[in-house]
Amino acid sequence: MTGARVPRPVLDLRGVTKVFGAGDTAVHALGGVDLVVDRGEYVAVMGASGSGKSTLMNIVGCLDVPTRGRYLLDGVDTRRLDEGRQAMVRNRKIGFVFQSFNLVPRTSAQSNVELPLAYAGVRLAQRRERAAAALARVGLADRGHHLPSELSGGQQQRVAIARALVTEPVLLLADEPTGALDSRSTREVLDLFDDVSAGGRTILVITHEEEVAERAHRVVRFRDGHIVSDERRAPRGARAAAAGGAA
Amino acid sequence: MNVRESARFAVRGVTANPMRTALTTLGILIGVAAVIILVAVGNGSSAAVKESLSRLGSNTLTVQASQGGTGGRAGGFGGFGGAPGEVSSGTRTRTAELTLDDAEALTDATLAPHVLRVAPRVSASSVTATYDGATHTVSTFLGTSPSYLTINDDSVQKGETLTAEDWTGRRRVALVGSSVAEDLVGGDGLDAVGKTVQFDGIGFTVVGVLTDKGSTGPQDEDDRVIAPLTAVQDTLTGYGSLSAISVQAKDADSVATAQAEIEDVLNSRHHVTSDDADYSIQNPTSLLTAVTSTSQTFTVLLASVAAISLLVGGIGVMNIMLVTVTERTREIGIRKAIGARRGDIVGQFLLEAVLLSLFGGVMGVLVGLAGSRFEIVGVRPVVSASSVALAFGVAVGTGLFFGLYPANRAAALRPIEALRYE
Repeated sequence: MTGARVPRPVLDLRGVTKVFGAGDTAVHALGGVDLVVDRGEYVAVMGASGSGKSTLMNIVGCLDVPTRGRYLLDGVDTRRLDEGRQAMVRNRKIGFVFQSFNLVPRTSAQSNVELPLAYAGVRLAQRRERAAAALARVGLADRGHHLPSELSGGQQQRVAIARALVTEPVLLLADEPTGALDSRSTREVLDLFDDVSAGGRTILVITHEEEVAERAHRVVRFRDGHIVSDERRAPRGARAAAAGGAA
Repeated sequence: MNVRESARFAVRGVTANPMRTALTTLGILIGVAAVIILVAVGNGSSAAVKESLSRLGSNTLTVQASQGGTGGRAGGFGGFGGAPGEVSSGTRTRTAELTLDDAEALTDATLAPHVLRVAPRVSASSVTATYDGATHTVSTFLGTSPSYLTINDDSVQKGETLTAEDWTGRRRVALVGSSVAEDLVGGDGLDAVGKTVQFDGIGFTVVGVLTDKGSTGPQDEDDRVIAPLTAVQDTLTGYGSLSAISVQAKDADSVATAQAEIEDVLNSRHHVTSDDADYSIQNPTSLLTAVTSTSQTFTVLLASVAAISLLVGGIGVMNIMLVTVTERTREIGIRKAIGARRGDIVGQFLLEAVLLSLFGGVMGVLVGLAGSRFEIVGVRPVVSASSVALAFGVAVGTGLFFGLYPANRAAALRPIEALRYE
């Protein structure tokens, strides 16, 4: 990416509105949001609960569709997708990381990481290999056969990150990824995000913790369904500088 | 995502909760095993009856008296030579009688050329045999002619058979079945030959012990006594009507012809037509048909009771699958979030339901086959391959049918709501 041509943005939201209910009881969760996120950006979306950031996360993650407005994910208009294609977009283009890890219970870490590849139709041998590589990348190469219940919260979240990254998605979408973790695990996860970002992947983190937002290159703040501020920060420290160099 | 993947997930789902899986499959197991065993019992009993019928010989006909036609038609019996019983003429119904003369007439080579042998039969009921302090209640005490032994394919394992002289001489001699002989003289019963046994106080000399017929079902075929009809009429039954006439046709092919000839002879003797005949003729085929249809009804009845338990098992599968889907709502949400399509989820849960019923079906077949090896209420079950296939097929179909609704419910869950589910 030498800048010879301008890459299309990963996220392109134009006037996205989400209304729940109808008539007098209608709730405007999002009131016309415009947001463009370019490839390689590391964005933190902040806001109090009820500010609309979770609704944004659902729309960005193709788990929900906007009431009005247009949302292009990697150039694909998500409103035109049927249920099956939505599932495919989630599978190919987005890696999810949730607050509560959301690993499939009673299923080994290795199998959990293989799961998106299985739904993508990747062959077993290749799946094993790629899942093992993804686990190695989050530092859990030796925990593949462990069940989620045998792993600490931090380890479970790292397995979830490995699962999110194993399909090489264009966007890593994290919803309060450190909300259920202690401070040491939080640092581990955030360091991992820094590495991922340094690798050139686009990250969108939804959080209310300043500690998390500090790591991002760009912070978007929400209040009552609207963007109230959108600031880009100078990359923090040498690692971020290296990230810029790599890009 | 292929079927193998879905199967892998399904197996994992089923094995995750072994106790629940075992109990759910138990329902299917019992249903399948019940179908197999009950159908086998039905088949077994019909096979047993068929076997005993086939022993009668395929060219044997039995003529029995039956309630005759109604109306003013008086029964005119030619009571020559023989000793016909009381005929109540003029009443609206009359008791039909078969006489020795009827039997005699059937031997006429010109009127009934296809009849080979004829044996008149009288039977005495609840005859008590005593010998040297031992007593035995004979279930079948038969007075007949020596030709009966040929018709019925009977022989003696020791002693001598009945002869024409025994008949004409009205000799009080008897052949006894082994069950009777064993009870009276102990041991293998063969020592009964030559002994004089009191039958209801009348002494008959045992001249032979009949060869074992074995027992079919609850009836002991060896609990019988055969004596010359003449002597039995003299002593035990009196000179009333015959209880039946056994007729042997020339060969298996002429049974129908022989039956027609018998009807002609008896119709003219009894002054009746075939429509209001006062006797009935049982041929082995019609008997077999009657027995077969009865036992089929019996088998169907048993099978439908078993099918109900299979249905209950299927509802059990559905119930547990609904619980499973509710329990694993969150897991379904996760799977959908990371790219599972509707079909993937349907496939996984449907396969889980089918696995439960498949497992139950296989176990049910094994239990059913094992259970059918034992004798049940005196019947040796005969497993029919079709009942095994049917029970197994229905079990798997049940899983498929009852799994469809829960699986679709799982697939229809919206990922955001499923993920939020606690």
